[in-house]
Amino acid sequence: MGARASHAAAVPGAERIRRETGFSQACLLRLHHRFQALDRNNKGYLSRVDLQQIGALAVNPLGDRIIDSFFPDGNHQLDFPGFVRVLAHFRPVDEEDPGVRDPKQPEPLNSRMNKLRFAFQLYDLDRDGKISRNEMLQVLRLMVGVQVTEEQLESIADRTVQEADEDGDGAVSFLEFTKSLEKMNIEQKMSIRILK
Amino acid sequence: MFLLLPFDSLIVNLLGISLTVLFTLLLVFIIVPAIFGVSFGIRKLYMKTLLKIFAWATLRMERGAKEKNHQLYKPYTNGIIAKDPTSLEEEIKEIRRSGSSKALDNTPEFELSDIFYFCRKGMETIMDDEVTKRFSAEELESWNLLSRTNYNFQYISLRLTVLWGLGVLIRYCFLLPLSVCVLPKPKEFLSKHVHLMCYRICVRALTAIITYHDRKNRPRNGGICVANHTSPIDVIILASDGYYAMVGQVHGGLMGVIQRAMVKACPHVWFERSEVKDRHLVAKRLTEHVQDKSKLPILIFPEGTCINNTSVMMFKKGSFEIGATVYPVAIKYDPQFGDAFWNSSKYGMVTYLLRMMTSWAIVCSVWYLPPMTREKDEDAVQFANRVKSAIARQGGLVDLLWDGGLKREKVKDTFKEEQQKLYSKMIVGNHEDRSRS
Repeated sequence: MGARASHAAAVPGAERIRRETGFSQACLLRLHHRFQALDRNNKGYLSRVDLQQIGALAVNPLGDRIIDSFFPDGNHQLDFPGFVRVLAHFRPVDEEDPGVRDPKQPEPLNSRMNKLRFAFQLYDLDRDGKISRNEMLQVLRLMVGVQVTEEQLESIADRTVQEADEDGDGAVSFLEFTKSLEKMNIEQKMSIRILK
Repeated sequence: MFLLLPFDSLIVNLLGISLTVLFTLLLVFIIVPAIFGVSFGIRKLYMKTLLKIFAWATLRMERGAKEKNHQLYKPYTNGIIAKDPTSLEEEIKEIRRSGSSKALDNTPEFELSDIFYFCRKGMETIMDDEVTKRFSAEELESWNLLSRTNYNFQYISLRLTVLWGLGVLIRYCFLLPLSVCVLPKPKEFLSKHVHLMCYRICVRALTAIITYHDRKNRPRNGGICVANHTSPIDVIILASDGYYAMVGQVHGGLMGVIQRAMVKACPHVWFERSEVKDRHLVAKRLTEHVQDKSKLPILIFPEGTCINNTSVMMFKKGSFEIGATVYPVAIKYDPQFGDAFWNSSKYGMVTYLLRMMTSWAIVCSVWYLPPMTREKDEDAVQFANRVKSAIARQGGLVDLLWDGGLKREKVKDTFKEEQQKLYSKMIVGNHEDRSRS
């Protein structure tokens, strides 16, 4: 590992990635180092297998869903900008006043809305913008494994969808999702701070 | 033609003299002390000088970085993200509390926000996990003048470059030939004493500076010596201070040649790859060896693979089931002088040996821990973990429960089930006692 020096010039497209994600130079360097460490065969990109080999991720009940979020639209290769783009959702929110954001600029990846969108798509398996009762059931099953009976899980799924569903279509849309979580301190719970 | 003759003889003379000097040096400083087990203290001086130079080099780089208003890239061995060590239950309760206004009683239930916990934990492991970084060389916080460990190329000043160049010259033109000349020939292994001598010579060849602690606890006949594994050099280090019988897989290539030569001198226990899978066979042969009190103590590395010397991974329970006395040994290398970790997926044996011989030195400490035996109410796994903790504590290494086999395979599903069990308790409670088939 020591044979490869990872400094700013070696990170491809560093300037563009910084603007898009808001990561500092130092953080980008560390993430690039990590990307290279995960890329076991020095392919230059990550495949699903590379992420599946992380032991601590494989024991996470939602490990596969999380890995899926890195490979949208049927991609099989994850390059460094894509890697950082997903991780940027978890960048802690900047302390500057968010009210003075320029409306013409695209919303930063780590905004409250985008963090919620990320969590939403972990539930929304077919990406149709709604969490159906079936999808809720499937995700619940992932989280509990074989520890809970089908009836118990179904009653939990029904209750959850009912509570959040406002327009009565039997599914939870993104707006309904955000409404039910409006008091949640998302900024803190969905943030990971990278040491300088 | 005749004009060249005087020059010829001059050159020949010079060559002759320098070769004689080299061999005398070799003899006096390396071979004789190896035979008698004596040291001149030159190596300690060498170490001290090197350390001073490294500190100076790092300071220069920091100065260079400050001039350009940048920050030096400092690798963090303890992880790159801020983590807080709360349990699954606490975290999820925290999340629910912050989200709902209704008073939380302890009734088990599910909330949409629970997903945040798993999501964030998962992302944290993608950014930084305990295991992946153990399989690549440890990163140093100060530079040791080897280009293989440098992350801040652009801050090297002229003086530093000159120093580095000098270092390259010394390492490749002096240390390397010295090492190659001194390598012992495998055919001359006759008895275990000659064995020992050859190991000692190897140690000198690699410019290894080893400090042995608590030698009174050295392994005795009929016991099993277990140690943490970082590289094949571990074997040389331990075998140059005692007599051992080795256990291991039969390798091809250079290792195979050495293994075959060693068997002729002492009874070692080598296995074919296919036999290793048959644990009963392995256990039987080891038990037979151990019960014969005249046979040497067995040297085993229970991690099963090379780890980068910052942590100790799960010990395979095989050697702990036999019931013999276990003599734990902790080996800790000082990475500043040369990283001894063998990343077998990156380097073959020959490349690795070359890297070892062109490092400044291999500096390590060996601690012989007091012998341990399995207690009555302990099973092999608990015993193995107890020994592992003792070794980790002494060597200052992180004690991990993960399996070193994760280098090559995926983790087993049983660990995921434990997480699922914990979470299920939170949403359906404990009153359901399910018996799983």
